[in-house]
Amino acid sequence: MATAEGKFSDSRRPQINLTRSARTPWRNSFDTFMTILTGAFTILILIPLVAIVWDVAREGIGQLGIQSFTELPPPPGLTEGGFGNAIIGTLITLGIGAAFSVPLGILAAVYLSEFGRGTKLAYVVKFATNVLAGVPAILAGLFAYTVVVLTTGTFSAFAGGVAISVVMVPIVLRATEEGLLLVPQEIRQAAVGIGATKFQTISRIVIPAALPSIATAVTLSLARAGGEAAPLLFTALNNNFWSTDVWAPIATLPVLIYFYAIIPFKAQQDLAWTAALVLLGIILTFSISSRLLTRQRFQ
Amino acid sequence: MSAVTGEQPRQKWRGLERRNDVVNTLDRIFFWLVVLGAVAVGAVLLWIGVQIAISAWPAIQTFGLQFLVSTTWDPVQNIYGALPQIYGTIVTSIIALVIAIPVGVGVAVFLSEDFIPNSIRTPIALAIELIAAIPSVVIGLWGIFVFIPFIRPFYTFLYENFGWIPLFSTVPRGNSLLTLGIVLAVMISPTIIAISRGSLIALPRDLRQGALALGATRWETILRVLIPAAFSGIVGSIMLALGRAMGETMAAAMLVGNANQITTSLLAPGATIASIIAAQFGEAGRDQVAALLYSGLILMILTLIVNILAEIIIQKFQNVE
Repeated sequence: MATAEGKFSDSRRPQINLTRSARTPWRNSFDTFMTILTGAFTILILIPLVAIVWDVAREGIGQLGIQSFTELPPPPGLTEGGFGNAIIGTLITLGIGAAFSVPLGILAAVYLSEFGRGTKLAYVVKFATNVLAGVPAILAGLFAYTVVVLTTGTFSAFAGGVAISVVMVPIVLRATEEGLLLVPQEIRQAAVGIGATKFQTISRIVIPAALPSIATAVTLSLARAGGEAAPLLFTALNNNFWSTDVWAPIATLPVLIYFYAIIPFKAQQDLAWTAALVLLGIILTFSISSRLLTRQRFQ
Repeated sequence: MSAVTGEQPRQKWRGLERRNDVVNTLDRIFFWLVVLGAVAVGAVLLWIGVQIAISAWPAIQTFGLQFLVSTTWDPVQNIYGALPQIYGTIVTSIIALVIAIPVGVGVAVFLSEDFIPNSIRTPIALAIELIAAIPSVVIGLWGIFVFIPFIRPFYTFLYENFGWIPLFSTVPRGNSLLTLGIVLAVMISPTIIAISRGSLIALPRDLRQGALALGATRWETILRVLIPAAFSGIVGSIMLALGRAMGETMAAAMLVGNANQITTSLLAPGATIASIIAAQFGEAGRDQVAALLYSGLILMILTLIVNILAEIIIQKFQNVE
């Protein structure tokens, strides 16, 4: 206190720096220390991101070529080859996953934003969706195993798709709902005002207006689900050959990376890095574009 | 705006009424379709739980609650206990949280206040969110071939100088509880950062201005006013991150070492519930599958508790707002 008063009375300068005046050295240095510490944390957390992207690019680029997309993985002991079958398999399982999760997610999102605002059912569904988003992906795999694999008696692309759809549904729903809520209330009122029913308002006005957000929602869910290996380990399993059969085991990029990372053959490990590069490229592209789109709309 | 009286308009109205019936029916159908969709999404959660519980039933009947405290995992004799995996799940999650909480909350504060200009802050926030988008199998691959060779000298240092502490008492090989804990910290930090930052940004400006006007320094404002005000959002983000750490599968299966044992040493290999399911399910026999599904059920219950708590805490925060 005394020092502060002294400072005030002593001051010959007409202007007092108010942001500094009441600060003791300890308080100042504590502030500086915390700022530097959290700044360092920020740099620290960016290091693994840069390192992962850099290392995947460095290790994967050497093998990358047209054969990566067109050829089958080599048998143990041989080198060369690609993972074309796993790329097709990833597309097929994602397609099946989207076929289940996108319509369901959009329907539920329409209920939450257009009919259910403030109702008990909407509250329960929202709560369940948020909890479902936190359920570990491997449990989606166990679920699809017990429901599809045990029933049909075989591992299959279909089972993988079901598992993937469980991962996708909460993402589609939440992002779509957010997009629908961004549609101005006035547009709905105008539509109802000229005599449109709820169905007409939603299908012809609200959904077209929210279409970019819905597209973002689907992109985001594909980006998130496309990298998941856990739900596919014992549903889609794996396949070393070309397959487009929905009712047979199928290769996917994430599972291929997992299997080839843990076997002691150099050729396969190289292939895992190249597959990781391709997968990372696909997912970061999806992820960045969907996030940039959302960001622009919010501004 | 006079009433409709003439012959022709009246017929027109009748036509409209008839059309209205069709339109109304369509409206009804649409409404129930949408309700069905909403209920179905809500029911999926229940369905997953019930389905896994039913399939695990043979193991639940055989082992009962003994499963939770038994340390034997013997596929040859079909005796199963999940304590080592539960232990590994809890230990790796705690390591991850110990690292990720200070880093995550610190970064959230750093990126929510104006320490650096907005034009740098937004790209950094976006870049951090991208860590969450990297597939965990890619992080696992990186962990095996880059992170473990990088960190092994440090482990050796710990073992040689602090080996007398039980936490560092095994010869390090690389794959260990500590390795997984550190990698999990990287994977869950974006969750803490994104949600904590959101709740810090959402605070009213008056709070900041009030505290600064009273003579508080910037960090006194942050620590005594802003963080307490956003506390439920921050705690909620930590709970969500914990849920992710417990359920993370691919990185766990690739980095933890898959050794079904309980050791005090963090440098020793271990196992988590998710990693053991991933590593063993493919080659498991009938009884082992049931035991693994029982483990899965435990994981489901653990993560459900954590996620439901997170959800309640975060909603409380939103209501205050």
